[in-house]
Amino acid sequence: MSKKEMIAKKAAEELAPHSIINLGIGIPTLVANYLDKDKYYLHTENGLLGVTSVEEEDIDPLLVNAGKLPVGEAVGASYFHSADSFAMIRGGHVDTAILGALQVDSNGHVANWAIPGKDIIGVGGAMDLLVGAKQIIITTNHVSKDGSPKLVDECSYPITSNRRADIIITDMATFKWKNDGYELTELIDGTSLKDVEENTTLSYRVSEKLLQKESK
Amino acid sequence: MTVSIINDALREITRVQTGDTVMVGGFGLVGSPLTLIDALTKHDASELTIISNNVGETGKGLGILLQQGKLKKAVGSYFTSNREVAQWYNEGKLELELLPQGTFSEAIRAGGAGIGGFYTKTAVGTDLAKGKETKDIDGETYLLEKALKADVALVRAWKADTKGNLVYYKTARNFNPIMASAAKYVIAEVDEIVEEGELSPEEIATPHLYVDSLIKSQLILTKEGVIDRE
Repeated sequence: MSKKEMIAKKAAEELAPHSIINLGIGIPTLVANYLDKDKYYLHTENGLLGVTSVEEEDIDPLLVNAGKLPVGEAVGASYFHSADSFAMIRGGHVDTAILGALQVDSNGHVANWAIPGKDIIGVGGAMDLLVGAKQIIITTNHVSKDGSPKLVDECSYPITSNRRADIIITDMATFKWKNDGYELTELIDGTSLKDVEENTTLSYRVSEKLLQKESK
Repeated sequence: MTVSIINDALREITRVQTGDTVMVGGFGLVGSPLTLIDALTKHDASELTIISNNVGETGKGLGILLQQGKLKKAVGSYFTSNREVAQWYNEGKLELELLPQGTFSEAIRAGGAGIGGFYTKTAVGTDLAKGKETKDIDGETYLLEKALKADVALVRAWKADTKGNLVYYKTARNFNPIMASAAKYVIAEVDEIVEEGELSPEEIATPHLYVDSLIKSQLILTKEGVIDRE
């Protein structure tokens, strides 16, 4: 299993059955592969509740997800226009949004829409999803391509919302917001607490459970 | 008001005049009025403000209008699909108004519904909130966003009846129904025009009072890309 698949599988394990889920582009899209299709309802902001995968021979060019990739239509699916779709998102009717990130910081702020110094000409639905979904799960590589931390003390990239991410899942560890900060709750096999420490500038504490497990 | 059924997209597109604001439906090419956009590239109206989620792709769809220098301003949420947009913007030859997609679509809905503006939580505290008024309502901060309206809307539907009622197909619906409500003159491009009474009243998504004219689609999106029907 690749790192990305491992992150996606972990994210799938966090979801409550029968919830309404919106998947962002990239690693989040892979989460669908680990969901029992009878137990979850996938929403896509371009106007469909009931997204499924599609076989090559059944591709319909006018049936796509928010990443413009071909998808299928579940039994019981419905279509709606963009304003209704975002009313569902902002109105709190989507249970969980799983999104990628450029950075997440100690305050739970997420930066995932713009890179300083590059042309900022697109935002899509990122800001609406972050502000509106009941629960936010961020899936991301732990460090960027140049090896620098993506989980930082304060975002240097423009933030996407004031709203905080509830769960962060990386290829090294899982962090959950608890009371006033992030708690490291799980390590990916082969990763040590020290590995995480060396690659993270975001403030966190290690959960009691994990401390006990690691000290054994 | 009765709807006009027109078989000449080049003639009908002359409804768009220099300086107009034009809404164009579609999420990428899906649900995009390709025949009307093609006609617009052959029409001499310029200084246009385009309200559309994207400005097509490089040299495709609305991207052609950009290359022709006919656009003054673009209002949308995701111009990233056409890299030339940044180039034109940086050279000062194109104005941009970037809105979160939910704000963009709600602004169009509001424009069609007689609402002047609305308060949303989206984008509060971000760079896209700069210069915008905020208001605290029941302990939460909201951002004031203005409604969007247009002179002409170019929309894409699946079927129309001869009265101008519209139904949509799968995710090709996207921005089309709201844009059909928010412009002074609405041209709908459709695959099929059936007799009135043939569409079930329950399935009609855009009632005919919004629609001014209908044209049959000539350019359609298939698995193999955009093709000419003939």
